[in-house]
Parts: sequence; structure tokens; C-alpha cells
Amino acid sequence: MDFNSLPYSLEFVAGSGCILTLEERTALQTSLVIVKKNYKFQRILFWGKILGLQHDYFVAQGRGEDEMTDRKSLYSLNCVDWLLLPSVTDAMVEEVSKAAQGRFKGNPSFVYEHKVSQQEGKEQEKVARNVTEEKRLAVTVHHIDEEASVVPRGAFIQSLRGLVQTNRSFGGLSESEARRLENFMHFRKPKTLQKKPIPVKAEWAPAIDFLDVLSEDIPKGSWSLQFECARRVCVLRSLLWLGLTFYHVPMTPQHGYIYMGLGMKNLDLPFML
Amino acid sequence: MQRSGRDCGEMQRLDADGTGARQAASFKAFLQKSSSRSDRNLYDHLVLLLAKIMDERPDDAVDVLEDMSLELKRASFKDTQRSLRDHVTPSVGERLAEQQLLLFKHAQDFNHEDPTVETGFPNVNESAFYLEQAGVGLGREEMQRILLALKLLVESHGLPQCRLWGKILGTESSYIIAEAEYTEGDEEQSTDEDLQEEEEEESGTQENETDPVPRSTYLHPPMVPKEALGTGANRFFYFVCNEPGLPWVKLPSVSPAQITAARHICKGFTGRLDSPVLSYPPFPGKEANYLRAQIARISAGTQVSPSGFYQTVEEEGEEEEEMAHDQCLVNPEFEGVSSLEMAQSLSSWVHHIQHILKQGRCTWVNTAMKVEEDSIEEEEAAEKDEQADEPEPEYGPPLLTNLSQDAEMFHTPPWSLRLSSTITPQHAVAVLRSNLWPGAFAYSNGKRFENIY
Repeated sequence: MDFNSLPYSLEFVAGSGCILTLEERTALQTSLVIVKKNYKFQRILFWGKILGLQHDYFVAQGRGEDEMTDRKSLYSLNCVDWLLLPSVTDAMVEEVSKAAQGRFKGNPSFVYEHKVSQQEGKEQEKVARNVTEEKRLAVTVHHIDEEASVVPRGAFIQSLRGLVQTNRSFGGLSESEARRLENFMHFRKPKTLQKKPIPVKAEWAPAIDFLDVLSEDIPKGSWSLQFECARRVCVLRSLLWLGLTFYHVPMTPQHGYIYMGLGMKNLDLPFML
Repeated sequence: MQRSGRDCGEMQRLDADGTGARQAASFKAFLQKSSSRSDRNLYDHLVLLLAKIMDERPDDAVDVLEDMSLELKRASFKDTQRSLRDHVTPSVGERLAEQQLLLFKHAQDFNHEDPTVETGFPNVNESAFYLEQAGVGLGREEMQRILLALKLLVESHGLPQCRLWGKILGTESSYIIAEAEYTEGDEEQSTDEDLQEEEEEESGTQENETDPVPRSTYLHPPMVPKEALGTGANRFFYFVCNEPGLPWVKLPSVSPAQITAARHICKGFTGRLDSPVLSYPPFPGKEANYLRAQIARISAGTQVSPSGFYQTVEEEGEEEEEMAHDQCLVNPEFEGVSSLEMAQSLSSWVHHIQHILKQGRCTWVNTAMKVEEDSIEEEEAAEKDEQADEPEPEYGPPLLTNLSQDAEMFHTPPWSLRLSSTITPQHAVAVLRSNLWPGAFAYSNGKRFENIY
């Protein structure tokens, strides 16, 4: 969620159990300003918190000129000192998915060991693939952004050159629009957009309908849409990544998402529905 | 017009100004009288007409006067009032707001109550403050609403004591759960008897099919009887509501079959208490029973307190030492342990709720003994049963065991313990998180402690 709106937007997601202690909030207020200045971000967001066994990771994300491609993530253990997370490559994703199991330990230099037996000719070698928890954190943040980030329709516009920016004249979804899952989109490079039939695409506005829609997610029902806080705030919770909460106040431009959880994908989802 | 001309002429002939003014006023009133056929009056029409001429300044105004007048009359046609009134349906938010308004009203007999008498509902705000320091909570406004809803619950049901157990999120709506102790006058609900009757009916239909079909020798494993109210897993009973302000619903007591089934399935909650739980292995009951079974498991696994806060009841003449104590009392001599000590080792925390055995109860029951009481067909099988080994008694860890003795699962330690703040450890609160049931928290600060899910 946007750093500028942090004080009051935390109230909206508190219903899911995501709160920050007073100490953490005040530390964030000061340290994120310094981070924004140092890294020259245009906008800085507090992404969320991943709970580990010994310590928790606080993650922030800075956005540059292009919101979609110009993203950098940082993490901290105490909300004061922030470290840059490595950018994610496909090779890293593969390594992490094989090696890292179980909960996050809370120690960024903890090394997950994974022995892989490779056959070269007739010899079998056991090669240890070591993955640090820092890399695991980077990959998890990347996955969550890919699969579970949410923005309301119209909040971002794509210019003709492909530059994605915030829409300053976004007035918010209406109450009836906010009840429909089709008005919320994933904030990632679109995957299913091209497969839509042309008559459907004809009704879209190309500047704002350039992202995948949430109602296309498989399995259906992996998003829970509720109205909270005496029905004023529309809250979307993901069941695939337990702990991701998206809030939007209808008829206002306030929206944002935050992740507070274990950092583990919910593989029991098909059984839970 | 001619008449008015004559009147003006008459006015000129009269001398007194008073009568002239009076006549002008009465003529104006005449002009303003509404016509019987339409809603207009002459005075307004003339005013509008002249204003229009003033605005438009047409050429040959005097010739087009009649046309302009007609046009004006046509343009000022008003709809007759619609016979349909706006039907305002209160939106869901407005209805909820009205119900929540009741929370803020005092009870009728508020004046008769002595505010200094200890009330049954807990000081949720105080717990919320400490829990917020620990990084756990629901936001201040919601906690305030929950506090008021608990107050209503205590007053309406006359409960001696109740506690906020926690909140469980569902896909359509969430549950807020309150825990209360049994008093002696409570009777068992008839819904539980219905469940038992249903199971008897099922076994009855099986008997009727014996003639054409060879009788199956499969016996249902004898049903483990439920624990009595006030003991074991049914020690407390629970109320749920979807939002603070909506009426509280009492959950039925839990049976061991439900607990064992709940151990095998992983199913999400929808938020409606009567929705069916479709799963394999099949769960006996609806979502209300599933919720109650999960609450029982979570309570047994994660309700902890600082060691020394509770002490066991000592019974005289106790023969079997294997019987687990099922009651513990608040230790009046508890002095309080500093949060630094609490945060350092797990042995300063103990479970104060009985562990649930594999059977699904807290005290073990030997089901083989009950076989003799059942119907004829089972007597034949009873002979075989006696030859078989008796089921082994199950033991669980006794009450008030240390947390450091909890077993690890999946290579993760079952509890995480830390101080709430590293910068100011003098005022910090010790926070305990469960790794087996993520979401269960406990905090302790000197004398106070609290569990929440």
C-alpha cells in the first residue's frame, strides 16, 4: 500500500488480522522517507510482512517511472535498516523451488541445502544446491506479486508507448462495480489477455483494460470479496496466498494491498473450496 | 383588462390614498387567484410574459403577444405527481449500521447495576492494547465493537464470565467467537439428540434389509460417547457472530467423532453456519459442528498461561494416578513473572486446557465395555470382540505440562517466543506464537496474560 496513505489504510486491513505495532509504524514512517530519497524512487509502497520463526521480514517496494517494470524490493528485519533484494531470474526461481521447504527461518543468511544427484555417464554425483533465505524471500515476493497483486480497474493507465502510470483522475469504483470481481485486475504482465475473443476486446478501453482480470483465476473461488468496516470498505482476500489482503473504498481513489503471512502458497486450496 | 381600466379610473376619482392602496391590494389578490382549470394564476403569467419580452425584445412585440402567451402556457406544463413513491430499500450497510447502533445503547436497568461490581465480560480494550504491542489484533474500532457486543451477550444470556476467543476468517464472512463457561443450570440442546437419533435410524434401516441381501458383518466402530457438558473438550461453550452487533449464536457441543474427522480434513469456512461440509472422509455435521471441532482442537493445542498461574485441584483418596486432572484453579498466590523471563524459555509457559486424545475425547473411554448394551446382532459379534485384544487405553500428557515438551512437526519447533520490542525491552511484552496453528498468539506481561486466535 502506498506509503503516504499508510496511517489510515492500516485500519482498513486490520480486520484480517494484519496490524503493525506502534513501534513498527513509526519506524516505517521515518525510514521509508530516507529510502525513497536514497534510491530516488517516485513512489514507495509498504508491501507487507513475512513471518519467520525467529524474526519477521518487512518488505517495501519502490516504483520508478514505469510502474510495471521499474520495481525494486527491499527488506528489513527491524523497519529501520533496509537492504535491496536481488532481482529475480528464472534460474533463481527454479533453485528456490527445489531447495527451500518449510517456514521462513528469519535469518537472511540461512542456507537451505538441497542435495541433487546428477548422473554424468555412469557416475552419480551429489551436488549440493545452496540457496540463501534472501533469495527465497526475493522469489516469494516475486511470486506473490505475479499471482496475487490486485488493482482496481482504472487505477492505472497504459500510455501508447507502453508506459504504465497511476491514473490521477481515478475516482474509484462505484458500490455496485466493487461487488464484481471483473473490475479487479492483476498487476503483472498480462497472460490471458491475448486469448480473449475480439468481440469482447472491442468493449474495452485500451488504456485501462490492459491487465488480467481476477475472475479468470483458476481455481474459481480463490478470492473472497467482502465488505467490511460497516460495509464501507471492499476487502479482497486471496485464498491462494493466505494473508494477502486488498482493500478499496468505493467512490474514492483509495486502494492498496498488503501481504502479512507465512510466505507459503496454500496448496490445500482445491480441498478447501 | 377593461375591468381593471374601469377600476383604475374609479381609483383616480377617489380621493383617499388608503382606499386606493386597498383596492390595488385587492386587485393584486384577484390577479393572484389560481384558475380552476390549471395551476397557474394571472399575476405570475403576466410577470413571466413581461420578463420574457424584456429578455427577448422581439420586433413587433404587440403583434406576437398572443403567441408568446400561448407558448409560455405550453412550456410551463407540469407533470401531475407520480403515483409511485420511491421505494427505498435499505442497503445492507445501513441495516448493519442500525443493528450496531443498538450496541451503543445502555441497557434499561443500567442505573440499578453497581458499576463497581465485577462484570462478566472481559476488558477487551486492555487486551487489545497489549496485543497491539505484540503485533496481533483486529484494529481498535473493531475491538471496541466486539467489546460492546460481548457486553450485550453477557447481559442477554446471563453468563457469569466470558472471554473473546478470537476470529476466524471465512470466504463470505468471518466468525467472531466468544468463550463462556458452563453454569450448573444449563441443559443439553435437543439438536445433539437429533444427531444421535439419525444415527440410530441409519442402523435401523440396515436391519430391515436383511432378508433379500446377505447381512453384512461390518459393524460401525462403536460410537465414542460425547463428553459430558462442563468437562473435557466440552468444558466451555462458544458463541459466534458474523459481525459485532448481529445476534450471537450458540454452537452445539462437540462429539469425538467430529474431532477425529476434523483432524483428517482441511476445509475452508464459508461464513454460514448451516452450510454443509463436503469432504472426504465425510464429516458428520454442518459447518457449525466443524467450527466447534476446530475450536476444540485449537484450544487444546494452543491455550497457554504462565506457569504457576493455575494450580491443579488436589483430590483426596485418588487411586488411579493415570487419570488426568480436568480442572485447574487460579492460583491465588501467583505473583507474576516478568516478561523477560517469560520470553527466554518455553518452560515458563504451560498448557491449561486438556489435550485431546486420539479417540477424540480428553478422558479415555473403553468402548469395548459398551458392546453388551447394544442390539442382538451386535451380541453375536461381541463374542468375537472379547477374544480380540481390548483397545489400549490412551494417555495424554497431564494438564499443566510445560511447553518445552511439545513435539516438533515438519522440522519446525512448535512455538516461537520473543519480546515485543527490541529497542525498549524494559516495557516489552513477551509474545508467544504457535507454529502448528499459525494465528494463535499469547502474550504475557507480568501478571496479565491472554490467548487469542
